[in-house]
Amino acid sequence: MGDPLFVDGVDWGDAAIVGVKVVIAFALLLVATMLMVWFERKVISDMQNRIGPNVAGPWGILQTFADGVKFFFKEDLRPVNADPLVFRLAPYISAVTAFLAFAIVPVGGVFRDTGAVTGTITIFGKETFAQVADPPAGILFLLAVSSIAVYGVMLAGWSSGSKYPLLGAVRASAQAVSYEAALGLSVVTVVLVAGTLRTNGIVAAQADGITSWGILTTGLIAFVIFLISATAELNRPPFDLVEAEQELVGGFHTEYSAIRFALFYLAEFMNVITMSAIMVTLFFGGPAGPVWFDLTWLWPTVWFMAKVLVFLFTFVWFRATLPRLRYDQLMGLGWKILIPLALGWALVISAVRLRNTYDWNVWLTLAIGVGLLVPATGLVVAAIGAGDRAYSRELADAGSEPSRE
Amino acid sequence: MGYLDGFRVTFGKLFDERVTTEYPKEKRPKPPRLHGRHVLNRYEDGMEKCIGCELCAGVCPARCIYVRGADNPPDDPVSPGERYGFVYEINYLRCIHCDLCVEACPTEAITETKVFEFAFANRMDSIYTREELLVDDDGRPRAQPWELWVEGDDEHTSGWMRATSPSGDADYEGRVGWSPELGYGVRPPEPPQSAAGGRSSPDAAPADEDADRPGDEDRAGDEH
Repeated sequence: MGDPLFVDGVDWGDAAIVGVKVVIAFALLLVATMLMVWFERKVISDMQNRIGPNVAGPWGILQTFADGVKFFFKEDLRPVNADPLVFRLAPYISAVTAFLAFAIVPVGGVFRDTGAVTGTITIFGKETFAQVADPPAGILFLLAVSSIAVYGVMLAGWSSGSKYPLLGAVRASAQAVSYEAALGLSVVTVVLVAGTLRTNGIVAAQADGITSWGILTTGLIAFVIFLISATAELNRPPFDLVEAEQELVGGFHTEYSAIRFALFYLAEFMNVITMSAIMVTLFFGGPAGPVWFDLTWLWPTVWFMAKVLVFLFTFVWFRATLPRLRYDQLMGLGWKILIPLALGWALVISAVRLRNTYDWNVWLTLAIGVGLLVPATGLVVAAIGAGDRAYSRELADAGSEPSRE
Repeated sequence: MGYLDGFRVTFGKLFDERVTTEYPKEKRPKPPRLHGRHVLNRYEDGMEKCIGCELCAGVCPARCIYVRGADNPPDDPVSPGERYGFVYEINYLRCIHCDLCVEACPTEAITETKVFEFAFANRMDSIYTREELLVDDDGRPRAQPWELWVEGDDEHTSGWMRATSPSGDADYEGRVGWSPELGYGVRPPEPPQSAAGGRSSPDAAPADEDADRPGDEDRAGDEH
């Protein structure tokens, strides 16, 4: 089931093809990021009755390019208190992981749910997957890489030797760790349904029309959890406490300027694109869609990009609509609602899968399932309630202390 | 939908009209009495209105006006009266655009345009001389290289206005506050102001409305 490119051994031609794919993905991602920054500014200004960038190029489309050039020519400042090595290293960790994460996303190719190798395109007469890499660990690779990206943020904040970046970094790492759990658990349901970790296999499992798409086979809840956790993972509004301007100046990148800041900025928007692409891959059939005029190399990519665009718009829409959460609300949402819900939903999905596989009695399975889930839910709710009561008691005690004196 | 209503609102705004004015390219109509940089007006026959009386310089709270009057040359008079202002300078690093000079002027010689976007790059440019302040033969202000004029802006510049009540008469309500200017074209006067009802729109001022107020007509007639 591996990449058909490597079936007959690896020669220089294969290596060259992989190189070409890497370069294409790199360039595509850079251009897409550039356009994404412009798209976000344009859409959000549309939603605020403004015009947005409109001077550089047609509709201001070259604004990001101009900003990028400007970043190159600005002075690269480093605070006296900053750790020289780590301060310089951190932006690259963020940017490199942002590039890496996209490697596992299939961006084209026609998929058929046949069990054979599908989703391939032909480059220079050789068949290969329309993705840079298809590791057996697949989606786990994404989770691993996005966890490393937290190091970039954390190290940047710590090495700046300044309080606001440090606070921003602490928030970022706490938030990422919290929501990574919910994110992973909602991915689990997709993996359970598809029966494979490989992104190529996950897309192939959704090739049977809309009813086979992940959003329906995992019952919508997994997707909602993924969407919310992804927004938090990306530090996008309404979960952008990491760089809450009113509280933390710029968050972890307060002390960064010039091209190092640009790298963080790049990584941030690149992650948005990657996360949208992952969502399309996991829940919306990736490049699946009707193919017309026999243009099999074109339509899947077009469908993929169209779907990604919908999610990019959604993220911007979130930002235009929702006010930022308070920090305890953020943590409460993550730990008290999303993680238990994702965990429970993963259990439900696996129970359904087990029943289908072993053909158990429906009513018996249902009864046992409800019998287990209800007390478990009750326990979780009771535990959260007890925690809340203890917390408010603590607050009340702390509040009454000055009056006793 | 409650919680999700906000999404509908923001989505609806996508198709709303934009409120942005693309400023340097397009400008909003300026208020009728905006105080911009000054002009020195002339009569229709090209004579200067300024008589060099220095009342503007005397009243100026910022002391930014420097005027010297001189006797008109008998064979080539500059102004219809006895004297004319042969030096007239305004320092725009000092001017606060209070328009007291405009009020003080007995001949409506000095008025203000609506140009406020003039960013000179050295101190000499900040002092406008008589040659720069005087309107040209069409009665249009002379645009300096550092001034940002847009098409048609110079047609709405001259107008002699009273910021306070005329001649100490507090009962200025319902009276025309400025007279039509003999500069570039003859425009109807500004509609009378009203403390209670707010300002009526400038273009909704028919000229015959002013004929009902003989006082204004007389004053305008005297001075021309």
